[in-house]
Amino acid sequence: MTNDNDITGGDIEALTPEEVMRYSRHIIMPQVGSEGQRKLRAAKVLVVGAGGLGGPVALYLTLAGVGTIGITEFDVVDLSNLQRQILHQTSDIDSPKLQSAKESLIAHNPNVNVVEHPMPITSDNAMEIISNYDIVVNGADNFATRYLVNDACYLSKRTLVDGAILLFDGQLTVYKPGMGCYRCLYPDPPPPGLVPSCAEAGVLGAITGIVGSMQATEVFKQILNIGEPMVNRLLLIDALSMQFREMKLRRDPNCPLCGERPTVTELIDYDAFCGSPPIEVPMAAASN
Amino acid sequence: MAIKVQVTSVIQRAVDGQRELDAEGGTVAELIDNIDMKYPGFRGQVADDSGELHRFVNIYINDEDIRYLSGKDTIVSDGDIISFLPALAGGSAACIG
Repeated sequence: MTNDNDITGGDIEALTPEEVMRYSRHIIMPQVGSEGQRKLRAAKVLVVGAGGLGGPVALYLTLAGVGTIGITEFDVVDLSNLQRQILHQTSDIDSPKLQSAKESLIAHNPNVNVVEHPMPITSDNAMEIISNYDIVVNGADNFATRYLVNDACYLSKRTLVDGAILLFDGQLTVYKPGMGCYRCLYPDPPPPGLVPSCAEAGVLGAITGIVGSMQATEVFKQILNIGEPMVNRLLLIDALSMQFREMKLRRDPNCPLCGERPTVTELIDYDAFCGSPPIEVPMAAASN
Repeated sequence: MAIKVQVTSVIQRAVDGQRELDAEGGTVAELIDNIDMKYPGFRGQVADDSGELHRFVNIYINDEDIRYLSGKDTIVSDGDIISFLPALAGGSAACIG
């Protein structure tokens, strides 16, 4: 499953005439072809969060025919989400995001299997959930979940396509196990309150589409084994100047997770690590 | 010697909202001190009270993380671009924000 050349294990079943037509603009490209399209169909991708980043990621994976798309999400749709979260509509307010996300995705492409994980991803369930997927895409909005997903992906030997946004800025990178991780980039989380959230500082809605579609692009490259992945590279996006810059991202030999003498060998209490309050599950989602 | 400094996201608040500014200094530490003299409070965004750089704010010279050079003693030269890059967490509104 983690073979560099074919992470999906392949899919020998021929494409249907409907699939050939639907994905013809992909299939016609030699980098994809029928074989590549079957790889996309065989692929299983987990998207953490169905919000600003998870929305465009899941939508482009769906449109491209990625066969299995898992989504972890427990929140309900709020009016303030609709400025940027493309899977949800005004009529979905107060409904579980997972429900509107699945409805939107299936409406776009009924061939795709959308797997619902209607709970927060935690130290107790992360390894089990992630084990069902080939690649993980992080769209989480808090540091505790970011470190959790990072650690779980490394320990599960899964590639993590990571993105983050705030204000007019975006970040994008890909972590392949053993080639650097989020802890190598940021060894410690900021103290609670020092780095504001999107709710506190704001975020340009359209930048979720920029970073989210880039994350989806990196997923396709991983599945199809084409191009140069954003491994060991950190892309910085400044939407105000529309400048894209790239920084080197190295594996830190002193990293407590992926370094030479690891001390993090299993998942920990990430709320304690980040000094953040435990995640509260909204009533509507909790009862769903 | 003027060095171009680029400031990302929330650290911009400490420099009157600028995304780019010029600063003086022969090392990263001197650069931070000089920016802090002009914009009091800047140092606190990137370092703790003892002067140790925060581990959730990365500083790059051009495209290289100074942790893999000489840290805050890394020499900066005319023409270098110094970037201050705090961790971002925005994405899904599923949790804290």
